[in-house]
Amino acid sequence: MTMSTLIAERHPSDPLFRADRLPHIWCPGCGIGPAMHAYAQAMVESGIPLARHVCVSGIGCTGRVPGYLNMDSYHTTHGRAIPFAMAIALVKPELEVTVYSGDGDLFAIGGNHFIHAARRNVDINVICINNFNYGMTGGQVGPTTPMGARATTAPFGNYEQPFNLPHLAAATGAVFVARWTSLHLRQLKQAMLRAMKKRGFTFIEVLAPCPVGFGRPNDIGDAMEEMTLYREGCVVDPAAPLDSLDIDLRVKDRPIVLGNFVDVERPVFDPLAMMRPTSEAENNTAVAGKTQEGQ
Amino acid sequence: MKGEPAVLTGQHFLLGDHACAEGALAAGCRFFGGYPITPSTEVAEWLARRLPEVGGIFVQMEDELASMAAIVGASVAGARAMTATSGPGFSLMMENLGLAAMMEVPCVVVNVQRGGPSTGLPTLVGQADVMQARWGSHGDYEIVAYSPASPQECFDLTVKAFNTADHFRIPVLVMADEVVAHMMERVTIPPAEAIPRVERKRPRQGPGGNGFLPFKADDDLIPPMVHAGEGYRIHFTGLTHDERGYPAITAPAHDRLVRRLVDKVRQKAWEIVEYEEYRLEDVSVVIIAYGSTARSARRAVGLAREQGIAAGLLRPITLWPFPGERVKKLAERVRAFVVPELNLGQISREVERFTSLPVLGVNHAGGAMMPPEPILEAIREVAG
Amino acid sequence: MSRQEIRLAGYGGQGIVLAGQLLGKAAAIYDGKEAVFTQSYGPEARGGASSADVVISDGPADYPLVSRPDFLVAMFQEAYERYRPEMVPGGLLVIDSDLVKPLPDEGPYRAVPATRLAEGLGKKIVANMVMLGFFTAVSGLVRREAVEAALRSSLAPRLLDLNLRAFGTGYDYSASDAPPHPTLSPAGGEEKGEGAPGVRGKAA
Repeated sequence: MTMSTLIAERHPSDPLFRADRLPHIWCPGCGIGPAMHAYAQAMVESGIPLARHVCVSGIGCTGRVPGYLNMDSYHTTHGRAIPFAMAIALVKPELEVTVYSGDGDLFAIGGNHFIHAARRNVDINVICINNFNYGMTGGQVGPTTPMGARATTAPFGNYEQPFNLPHLAAATGAVFVARWTSLHLRQLKQAMLRAMKKRGFTFIEVLAPCPVGFGRPNDIGDAMEEMTLYREGCVVDPAAPLDSLDIDLRVKDRPIVLGNFVDVERPVFDPLAMMRPTSEAENNTAVAGKTQEGQ
Repeated sequence: MKGEPAVLTGQHFLLGDHACAEGALAAGCRFFGGYPITPSTEVAEWLARRLPEVGGIFVQMEDELASMAAIVGASVAGARAMTATSGPGFSLMMENLGLAAMMEVPCVVVNVQRGGPSTGLPTLVGQADVMQARWGSHGDYEIVAYSPASPQECFDLTVKAFNTADHFRIPVLVMADEVVAHMMERVTIPPAEAIPRVERKRPRQGPGGNGFLPFKADDDLIPPMVHAGEGYRIHFTGLTHDERGYPAITAPAHDRLVRRLVDKVRQKAWEIVEYEEYRLEDVSVVIIAYGSTARSARRAVGLAREQGIAAGLLRPITLWPFPGERVKKLAERVRAFVVPELNLGQISREVERFTSLPVLGVNHAGGAMMPPEPILEAIREVAG
Repeated sequence: MSRQEIRLAGYGGQGIVLAGQLLGKAAAIYDGKEAVFTQSYGPEARGGASSADVVISDGPADYPLVSRPDFLVAMFQEAYERYRPEMVPGGLLVIDSDLVKPLPDEGPYRAVPATRLAEGLGKKIVANMVMLGFFTAVSGLVRREAVEAALRSSLAPRLLDLNLRAFGTGYDYSASDAPPHPTLSPAGGEEKGEGAPGVRGKAA
């Protein structure tokens, strides 16, 4: 085999990944990989140079995403990606900062940071891979595990009400809120592009199969079956009321609603807003709240 | 909106907490993330007004976990960054203090000590976080902790903390206490050009080249630091990592990394360590005291000398690294050590590691400044 | 002057803390001395009582706390009674003559109707500056110009004029008809009313 053959076999996205880090840690059938690829493509199409994209994660399977991307990346502590990312975005506003992490990381141990960053409307994107469980530690129940679903720490089925993440994000102040699955890659990429274009706190939930941690204990045969479940169960309805977006897998035929649900403008977090000349402040800061009225 | 300059050159009558804040500004700190907690709150309040004046960023975070994460984030983006807290908040910061140690991200944490454990004494003095400062986050790491005994030192040592942090790429602590933080004294702030400034070591090669290893250390065991957005496509992780910054989850990789992180500080401990000596020329009893307690000890030295006892004071300015070699040296020619502190015996244990002479602790759990009298009593006891 | 301990005490809102800070600042920044200011931060500090401690010395003030005041400034009866026993024998007591009624066994002291004089200037809240002026004069610890410089460098410009006038009023009051030292024979008397300046004693 010659060198040229090798080069010809390269994928167009190869430069976006750290090939020297392969193989990755994810299980066969895991939904994180496709969602990561959507993010990589969105970065390329965003028109923002790759050198200005920064990816920050917490801990967990999804937390490993930035490590596989050939970009400035920070793999922080469990739950703390958001405040870490916020500071990067404040110190270097020219950077496009994205937090890429999992449901347990962002909404259990990191839940407080999420709601406060959304409230402030910090200029970062948060992409949450929701696979309904703690995958890396072996399938424990988490804050998004559907009612009734089994996990190693919920052997008789989960009896805690899970978060409705889009509703939570919208209620706490996110200016862009979407939910897609790792099957809806084109829509997902478009949502990511929209998030990168927008200033302020954007949130995208990505439902992703976890055939080992979530599928197996819940009698979902394999990754294909979990994907089929999502494909057949999903309906796209951007106008759906936010409080109707709960996911309940016990109820047959209850749809999983997808879409870009929220896209609004709100003054973006700017700690120096009060110190800036008025004209500039009116364009983009909290002191200029009035200018946002009536849009 | 115009404000005062970053360096308030001149003489001021300042609260210790405010002096810490001015020290940070003078050192070039341009990011503060913190959560209000007494007796450190005045640091945050002062910087909330002052940082925006100099184009810096002040954020009141949702908790101390976030505060610590934010200053590490600000620092990887290139800013000099600080937080300030007290006991309960310091406990929460231990998590990302470890991250800063592991990722080698310079930052400064001011801990204004109050009485603990738990909520303890919110507004009253303690010195019982000394061992937490040394060992508080899990795993092996070296820490540098300064102990100011006056508002002037709150200023000077905060400046120094930033320089030490940037030089070694480590988190550095300023372990003040409530008495020092809440007293006002003259603070002399030098001209801006006279403020010492040690820059972070930065990569010698530009981005784009092959084979750049962001965590490859030089002979001093310190790797140059790359900031976010510079085009190097770096990866920082709290996992054990190799010179590329990639996770390396093996025993040899772990030993190599942790040993380097520890050794880069340990091999220069003699350069970092600082202490003040007071009347040690002809001494027979050495008091070892730090922070506000050192002021009582100084008074006790005077009282002892009036009674004909040759007492003197060794005041560690760095609690960590501890001036143990100096203790060892003094032990060759004195009778005993007296260690007063507002805890039930922390630095006294460290002193004992360096001498076989009697080490008499003078301990109170905290809540009020230690008066000179019990120290004098201890001096008399060991002087025989 | 080796080491002098000063305690100022009153109730919240009288500006006791500011008066103490200005005294310390005057000594340390404008009068070539060493000074350290402390105050109580305990939860009890939120109640009615307010106190501020200043230590002024020629050399470094190692121990910063006031344990035996050489000077007690009392602007509130309760504060007077609480701190009086801690004073060193022969220490100087200074009171607001309208707000503090000395106990029958009180020794020599100096008195100024600080609050009333402040009201005369149009603002009761500058009673602290009247007292600071009076104390500066009768204690002799810090030069008048030093304290005035501390006021100028600390107060907002719009407040400065009134505060300087209040300070001057208190300072000048001490000289109006009384010698500035407590051990000298008392001047003024009960018959002159509580507003009378000068040294008083139980014999007066």
